[in-house]
Amino acid sequence: MNALPGIFIILLFYALGEGAALLLQGFIPGSVLGMLLLFAALCLKWVRPGPIRPVAKFLCNNMALFFIPAGVGIVDALDILSARWQAILTACAVSTVLVIAVVGLTQQEFERRRNRPLPERKPERP
Amino acid sequence: MISLLDSEAFILSLVTGVYLLSLWLYRKTKIPLLHPVLVSIPVLALFIRCTGMPYTAFERGSRIIDFLLGPTVVALGYLLYEQVSQLKANAVSILTSVFAGSAVGIVSVVLIARWFSAEPALIASLEPKSVTTPIAMSIAEKSGGIPSIAAVAVIVVGIFGGIVGPFILDRLGVTSRIARGLALGSAAHGLGTARAMELGAVEGAISGLAIGVMGLMTAVLVPVIEWMLG
Repeated sequence: MNALPGIFIILLFYALGEGAALLLQGFIPGSVLGMLLLFAALCLKWVRPGPIRPVAKFLCNNMALFFIPAGVGIVDALDILSARWQAILTACAVSTVLVIAVVGLTQQEFERRRNRPLPERKPERP
Repeated sequence: MISLLDSEAFILSLVTGVYLLSLWLYRKTKIPLLHPVLVSIPVLALFIRCTGMPYTAFERGSRIIDFLLGPTVVALGYLLYEQVSQLKANAVSILTSVFAGSAVGIVSVVLIARWFSAEPALIASLEPKSVTTPIAMSIAEKSGGIPSIAAVAVIVVGIFGGIVGPFILDRLGVTSRIARGLALGSAAHGLGTARAMELGAVEGAISGLAIGVMGLMTAVLVPVIEWMLG
């Protein structure tokens, strides 16, 4: 299948997202807005998912390659990294545990409440 | 010889080749710390240092690969669409849980890093640490952080979260499959999802959904929380 239509749609929504980011004065990155716009357009059936699927799969399956060039920029940040590694590791580890706990417990609590039969309403006092 | 080293064709094949080799190594050994990103970056950095290639030449040569980060974030919108049926059934609880997780994640990272009196640029690089790398790098860049630190922090968090996640959820008595998948994807993005898929199909699908929702929520919350915490 020709990948070009899918590539075009994704690039177009990237450009739309960058445009929206300008309107929002850079509050949210353009690529994230592009993702939101593409998601909305797919849900509203404005674009067909068929041509996008192979391109999206290719990009997402090989995502790790795409951040290596920027990651190599770490050579410019080695001094801050070696001076601050305790802060980085502590903040990341503690915060990750908190996120797992908060998300897991909140979602489970929602499900527990929904599955519990509603308590009978007490008759109102006259 | 020098002009060949600096050429786009050479640098692009170098980056892709080193990545494919590290991917092969990772799949062969299955050691989490040998994640292809954590292997490729030092190997390439060492190569640049040994050959004396200027970093700007490397940056210029690998620009095409770097550009693909943006379209990849947009493509995540398609993956989110594939999971939309999962979202419909549990929309309110999923959005609330991920919102709470995103807020707690950002605030805790800022407070701990401040307690260590870390520089503002470092704090801004760590704020999006639970979000999938391409989104995290653009969030970090927007808020004055260093994208490369964000990238490395995200991978470290993903490996850590994927390993300790199921253990923490067991200790807390979180047995719901939706809650477990959601927690793994929210905290540890793609690496958490890979772990969630080992737990089961429901966990994997919900975890994939959580990556996109967490990315969106964090992109919105980072500027808001920065403003609130001054």
